[in-house]
Amino acid sequence: MKLLEIKDLHASIEGKEILKGIDLTINAGEVHAIMGPNGSGKSTLSAVLVGNPAYTVTRGSVTFGGKDLLAMSPEERSREGLFLSFQYPVEIPGVSMVNFMRAAVNEHRKHRGLAPLTASEFLKLMRDKRAIVELDNKLANRSVNEGFSGGEKKRNEIFQMAMLEPSLAILDETDSGLDIDALRIVADGVNKLKRPDTSVIVITHYQRLLDYIKPDVVHVLYKGRIVKTDGPRLALELEEKGYDWIKKELGE
Amino acid sequence: MNVAPEKQYTDLYREARGLLAAHSPAVMDAVRDEAFATFCAKGFPTTKDEAYKYTGLGPSFAPDYGLNLARRPLAADPYAAFRCDVPNLSTSLFFVVNDTLCASPEHLAALTPGVVLTSLADAAVRFPDIVGRHYGRLAAQDDALTAFNTAFAEDGVFLYVPDGVVMDKPLQLINVMSAGADMMAVRRLLVVIGDRASAKLLVCDHADGDKRYLSTQVAEIFVGRDAVFDYYELEETTPANTRVANTYIRQAAGSNVLANGVTLTCGTTRNHLSVELAGEGAETMLGGIATLDARQHLDNNTLITHRVPRCTSRELFKYVVDDEAVGAFAGKVRVEPGAQKSVSQQTNKNICLTRAARMYAQPQLEIYADDVQCSHGATVGQLDEAAVFYMRQRGLSHKEAVTLLINAFVNEVIDHLRMDALKERLHLLVEKRFRGELGACRTCRKCK
Amino acid sequence: MKMKEDKNKFVRKVAASEYKYGFTTDIETDIIPKGLNEDVIRLISAKKGEPGWLLDFRLKAYRRWTTMTMPRWAHLDIPDIDFQDISYYADPRSKKAAPGSLDEVDPEVIKTFNKLGIPLEEQMALSGMAVDAVMDSVSVKTTFKESLLDKGIIFCSISEAVREHPDLVRRYLGSVVSPADNYFAALNSAVFTDGSFVYIPRGVRCPMELSTYFRINAAGTGQFERTLIVADDDSYVSYLEGCTAPMRDDNQLHAAIVEIYVHDRAEVKYSTVQNWYPGDKDGRGGIYNFVTKRGLCKGVASKLSWTQVETGSAITWKYPSCVLAGDGAQAEFYSVAVTNNHQQADTGTKMIHLGSNTRSTIISKGISAGHSQNSYRGLVRVAESASGVRNYSQCDSLLLGDRCGAHTFPYMDIHNDTAVVEHEATTSKISEEQVFYCNQRGISTEDAIGLIVNGYAREVLNKLPMEFAVEAQKLLQISLEGSVG
Repeated sequence: MKLLEIKDLHASIEGKEILKGIDLTINAGEVHAIMGPNGSGKSTLSAVLVGNPAYTVTRGSVTFGGKDLLAMSPEERSREGLFLSFQYPVEIPGVSMVNFMRAAVNEHRKHRGLAPLTASEFLKLMRDKRAIVELDNKLANRSVNEGFSGGEKKRNEIFQMAMLEPSLAILDETDSGLDIDALRIVADGVNKLKRPDTSVIVITHYQRLLDYIKPDVVHVLYKGRIVKTDGPRLALELEEKGYDWIKKELGE
Repeated sequence: MNVAPEKQYTDLYREARGLLAAHSPAVMDAVRDEAFATFCAKGFPTTKDEAYKYTGLGPSFAPDYGLNLARRPLAADPYAAFRCDVPNLSTSLFFVVNDTLCASPEHLAALTPGVVLTSLADAAVRFPDIVGRHYGRLAAQDDALTAFNTAFAEDGVFLYVPDGVVMDKPLQLINVMSAGADMMAVRRLLVVIGDRASAKLLVCDHADGDKRYLSTQVAEIFVGRDAVFDYYELEETTPANTRVANTYIRQAAGSNVLANGVTLTCGTTRNHLSVELAGEGAETMLGGIATLDARQHLDNNTLITHRVPRCTSRELFKYVVDDEAVGAFAGKVRVEPGAQKSVSQQTNKNICLTRAARMYAQPQLEIYADDVQCSHGATVGQLDEAAVFYMRQRGLSHKEAVTLLINAFVNEVIDHLRMDALKERLHLLVEKRFRGELGACRTCRKCK
Repeated sequence: MKMKEDKNKFVRKVAASEYKYGFTTDIETDIIPKGLNEDVIRLISAKKGEPGWLLDFRLKAYRRWTTMTMPRWAHLDIPDIDFQDISYYADPRSKKAAPGSLDEVDPEVIKTFNKLGIPLEEQMALSGMAVDAVMDSVSVKTTFKESLLDKGIIFCSISEAVREHPDLVRRYLGSVVSPADNYFAALNSAVFTDGSFVYIPRGVRCPMELSTYFRINAAGTGQFERTLIVADDDSYVSYLEGCTAPMRDDNQLHAAIVEIYVHDRAEVKYSTVQNWYPGDKDGRGGIYNFVTKRGLCKGVASKLSWTQVETGSAITWKYPSCVLAGDGAQAEFYSVAVTNNHQQADTGTKMIHLGSNTRSTIISKGISAGHSQNSYRGLVRVAESASGVRNYSQCDSLLLGDRCGAHTFPYMDIHNDTAVVEHEATTSKISEEQVFYCNQRGISTEDAIGLIVNGYAREVLNKLPMEFAVEAQKLLQISLEGSVG
């Protein structure tokens, strides 16, 4: 079953076109890796999918679970089950993680026609999910991302993913800035959360995250287009040989 | 008998109106009557005027000062009489004795080609366009003291650095109050820095002898596109001296200004510094140090106006207030509507050394744009006793420890200066000041 | 992720924000004719059956007021107020005598307070709060009075206190805010009609929160209430004040005085949620709120804490202050001030340190939206006699939109070298990144702003008693509704 279908997607920021015709289909249950050199448009793609208002879609269509994704507001996309683990999680001073997550979880429940969780149910949920990424209770009581180390921020992203149980999670360079232990914790968390019908897009420069989160399909994004798609071995090949051979294939 | 302090000046103005016209260029005389009317309407500011809350000026103007309205020539050559040049600082040196410019041909000849330093009267003849476009155009018309100065000013100093000219040496201007009787000086400074030009100006204020002096000064400084201008002021005057200095700076796009005022000794001083960031990308850094003791009174009043987007302002003022001295700092940063991406940071730190010392701090933000980063902080406190004790435990005397700490405290401001020789000089002067070695000298000959 | 600059769409859209307390109550009210002169003051005093000393107090204040002028120094655009076009006394209980029990209070009045969520029932026992409700000029009903009296605590309307406890009132009235203090204090001293009186005897800890709700109902009237709180040695009380007013197109004047007298080692907490009608989205109508609040920490080691959440009023001019006279006294000022649409607020505090080893803390959080102007103005003064003083002030401003203003005017007057005084201020806005991050987690923009604003104000909201904090949080959200969209 098709979960996400992107057709001929063009997008620009401040008048500059970054995505120049993306076609990508992700079926329920699949893990896709998107790789590519800096500036190729990987983060733009994730930003456009979650509806970041800084970007303008100039052409193309995206359906998510059969619905027109581009017509939805960012929060509707979230409630429909699209989750982005931000490359740079945002600090929100004064807003505690508890309040933040309770608001988010209850919005998601409302969307699904469920009653809001009681305080004790919610706290229990927090406790259960925190364990998945070994997130310290102290962090959960602090303001959103404020004073978190880089690794803690990334774990906090995966913790939120656990709380919101998305059908499609986009991990935007979730591995950047993580040491090997933190990387393993984050990747284990993602794997634990993976269900047969949920999908993941892993955006990364490196193979090492893909050692833990095994992709079904690997794409190379270059200059705003997907220029190559293959199985997991493509990632290994890129790790070994870099991107030059792809550029060569493209006649550059 | 209680005569308003204004009266002697309004009388003087009416009596000497002809003299004023005869001894000043037309461009200065043209704005005189309007300024006088403003002064008459406002009178000398009192502590009820918010901007003068900490320094009422009426009493300072009450004595019977002499004014050199007839422009009598100076008796002595200041180059011979005063030696205040900063060692190791190869400057072009000029004097303003009371309110008369003295420029030696030798120093004039040494100026970077294209740079003009002359009297306003001379400039009005040689550069009528430039003087006409700038004189009286920046100074706040509604300030009583600026109006007073405009009404009585007959001459002044004109500095012009044409487009693209980079001055190779700093220029030093020494203001000296020197007279056999109580004396008032009415000083005026007009600085025009062309686009992409670069200049550094150091102004030193001295008072010679123990007569009562009062100086009013209005400086108008125009800084062109992408120009760089450093403006340093160093005051070392006497207890009987009153200084009222209003400085107005307008910065065009991409310009960079550093304005720094050090008050080592003074009587009663009120400085107003207004910077208008009028072109995008302009940057300004204001700094100040005050070391006050006895009954010295210093009031620094600053206003930075962000008129357009993407300008940056920083401000750092530090005071050490001893004995019965009074320090005041009122700094306002105003971000006008539409001046998005303004960055402004203001810091004022003060140390009171005695119970009778007074410090007034009033940092203010007025923000009319939302996408800005503005902050200010002000503290009043003491030296860190633990640090003093620690140093004493290592064998330093109490006095030595305190001096070290105070130096460290004010050095943060000095470190922002962009003239190495002046930095070193100031480090030394500040240290001497706290060792009590400065006060022993009566005149600026101490700098030998 | 790079965000588009200067594109502040989400805070641009300004829509009408609804004032939820804008109903009027249809009851018979005794209103005296408009205008102010000595006869009016005599009439007010006579209607209240006051003793001669109080009439003298009023007349002296009135004569002083006629020599004074409106203060214009605040960062406010205050229209001229015609003081002769205001009625200075409105009694919603019609011409009956003061109610002896709840049955005697006009049912419409009870309904009004029920709508405000202040049931005037003895069931207030359940929430552990005693309430004095003041509608227009007159205290309508004080709950719980008897059980408080068992402990010697006096909690009643000030009119009743004048009758029942004249010595106490006479001793303390005007002792903290003198009638000559300022223009509005003089006016209030001349015409104040009612308000609350609290006396906590020596060594008594008031077992429940005391609370007064003020409501202006009658049109064309002003409200001039007067609150006097006296905490005797080693006592403690927490006092809450709430205010609302109906929506009317014309402006109404509110000029209150709160005086707090704190004796040795006593502690008073005073919390306000000020929600007077702010006017409509075009700036029509709304309350002019000119209030003098001051506490005197007279006793050694006395403590006073002001917490305010200011969301209402067209114009707010208010500086709850502390005079720290007793050695070792401590004072706090915690404030959230929200302005939206065309509201103007100039608010802050004065901490006057006269005693040694006194400490004060100021935390002020301003939030500006719409076309509003929001200023913090605060003074920290350390007298020559006061050694070992500590003050810490923090004033933050949050701007929602680019047509409002946020200003900070702190004054530090330090006359003693042993003082340590610190002031910090920052100005910020809610970033698009923050809102988008919340959006991505499924939270709508409106809710995201609410979360962020409440987070920003948390330090202050945490200072409020529980019931009040919840109400204040809702109010913040309501006040900013429509400022984002």
